[in-house]
Amino acid sequence: MKIIVCIKQVPNTTEIKIDPVTNTLKRDGVPSIINPDDKAALEAALRLKAQCGAEVVALTMGPPQAEKALRETLAMGADAAYLLTDRAFAGSDTLATSTIIAAAVKKLGADAVFCGRQAIDGDTAQVGPQIAEHLGIPQITYAQDVEYCEKKGTLRIKRQFEDRYQTLEVSGLCLITVLSSYAKPRYMNVWDIVSQDEKEIGILTFADLEINPAEIGLGGSPTKVKSTATKQFDKTIETLELDAEQAANAIVEALKQKHLI
Amino acid sequence: MANYKSILFEQMIKDFAETEVKPLAQEIDEEERFPAETVEKMAKLGLFGIVVPKEYGGCGGDYPMYIQAVEELSKHCGTTGVILSAHVSLCAAPILEFGTEEQKRKYLPDLATGAKIGAFGLTEPNAGTDAGNQQTVAVEMDDHYVLNGSKIFITNGGYASTYVIIAVTGKTPKGVEMTAFIVEKGWEGFSFGKKERKMGIRGSSTCELIFENVKVPKENMLGKRGEGFKIAMKTLDGGRIGIAAQALGIAEGAFDLTVAYVKSRKQFGRPISACQNTQFVLADLATRIAACRGLVYVAANAKQNKLPTLSVNAAQAKLYASETAMEVTTKAVQLHGGYGYTREYAVERMMRDAKITEIYEGTSEVQRMVISGALLKK
Repeated sequence: MKIIVCIKQVPNTTEIKIDPVTNTLKRDGVPSIINPDDKAALEAALRLKAQCGAEVVALTMGPPQAEKALRETLAMGADAAYLLTDRAFAGSDTLATSTIIAAAVKKLGADAVFCGRQAIDGDTAQVGPQIAEHLGIPQITYAQDVEYCEKKGTLRIKRQFEDRYQTLEVSGLCLITVLSSYAKPRYMNVWDIVSQDEKEIGILTFADLEINPAEIGLGGSPTKVKSTATKQFDKTIETLELDAEQAANAIVEALKQKHLI
Repeated sequence: MANYKSILFEQMIKDFAETEVKPLAQEIDEEERFPAETVEKMAKLGLFGIVVPKEYGGCGGDYPMYIQAVEELSKHCGTTGVILSAHVSLCAAPILEFGTEEQKRKYLPDLATGAKIGAFGLTEPNAGTDAGNQQTVAVEMDDHYVLNGSKIFITNGGYASTYVIIAVTGKTPKGVEMTAFIVEKGWEGFSFGKKERKMGIRGSSTCELIFENVKVPKENMLGKRGEGFKIAMKTLDGGRIGIAAQALGIAEGAFDLTVAYVKSRKQFGRPISACQNTQFVLADLATRIAACRGLVYVAANAKQNKLPTLSVNAAQAKLYASETAMEVTTKAVQLHGGYGYTREYAVERMMRDAKITEIYEGTSEVQRMVISGALLKK
């Protein structure tokens, strides 16, 4: 079984600063990490590697600096890693990004595609499902657990809903989006940290893929971000000196006024 | 190209130390308990086999990586740092350096994966700094040696399975002839004496090894007969870098906690970091720590590249780092005031842990002997 794990390198903070002029993310000076949901997807794939010898291939699209994230996947135990990078890809929204990644998955070939549910910098949760749509394959989102059934050669996936779980069994090529609550990802290990040094990161550019240039990059992105702003929080604190009962009533009243209860 | 090996290793070891080692540090100190669960996790990540080549099941990493591991672990827990240091520097390293191909194939894979923990026995009740005054003897019989005697203060003593032991095998015109042996736990006549109750590094298992007519097969002789003292001294050259890294880590750990503390602790209506005394003390400590880092990594590189300066580099790193650890932790407790004297604050433990670094694997006085000896020999 060959599993492609799609990962994204994101700034290590949920408080992202936005460039007010370009409306894009300011990445300078913010350390980058592998998006937490994606790292859980990688962990799920690596567990299948241990269980049934799956081949794990990490894939990301981004600037050349994204090599570090891919090298981290190798240091955790991934077998190979590919970087999608090209000026033609710049400015892609989720739709254009998923178009490019789907083309790469087609090119590399896979028995399963694992993604994180969503990235902490954009929180759209769109790329995974869109890749599945482009490829015309089933998608199973919000995976809380992924298990390999050796007898049937199928994957059993536990999906998380707000109030319940759903368990599905799937055979054949499919795309799964994984939640970070699935498992704490493993640490990198020294054997793989050393041996990743001897591995090449595969580079895939526009020329390597079969894509319509009109469907990628800024031009191929229907999403136009009009404005993005950082939320301003009102931090006024009101102190009331009351006895317990009065205090409880005052809190209830205040919450009612704000329509919170 | 970026050095991804270093970048990723640093990221991993910092994350591991912070997440897995730090939360247990106080508990294992209080309970004087060997952190077996942490050792198991370290083993899975390959930390015990960093410097062991791949052909012997190791990671094929380098000496500075291993030294950084000891440093980062020791920032949070000096006990965990020395477990790694004793295993790698005092057991895996001499087998790698002086072992026969057969010995390397037999012992290194389990040491590299941490399936077995290593230890080293040189010190005896009457052979501390005077390491030449050995009383443990190994008498040659047909196909084996018979080992009798005892070793004390052995780090990892109770938890190790593979031991490098130095014993007297005869007399020479200059004194006694010493030889190194690889000894396994479980051999008949090999038992453990008392476990030491120590001031610091209290989670580390320090105990006495007792040998009563232990049969050591001849193929377990490490190096040649009569090379025992040389092997011990060369092993300690490497070991001292590990202890220097432990001391550096303890100093850095105590320093980081102190910087955070002085910013939050208020007296006379302002944080004590606003006092010039605090600022100057911190400036001096930070400078000493920076100097230490330099010495420690110079020594680690000397070991990696087998430089002739290794012995002096290692002695200087250990001397300066251990005395710095003592200075930094003492001042850290002082800046924490009464709180720092309580066990609620980690600097109290760090000050106790720091003291041993001035003593084991050669006291500060021994380091001064090594350094001055090399200077005056020229």
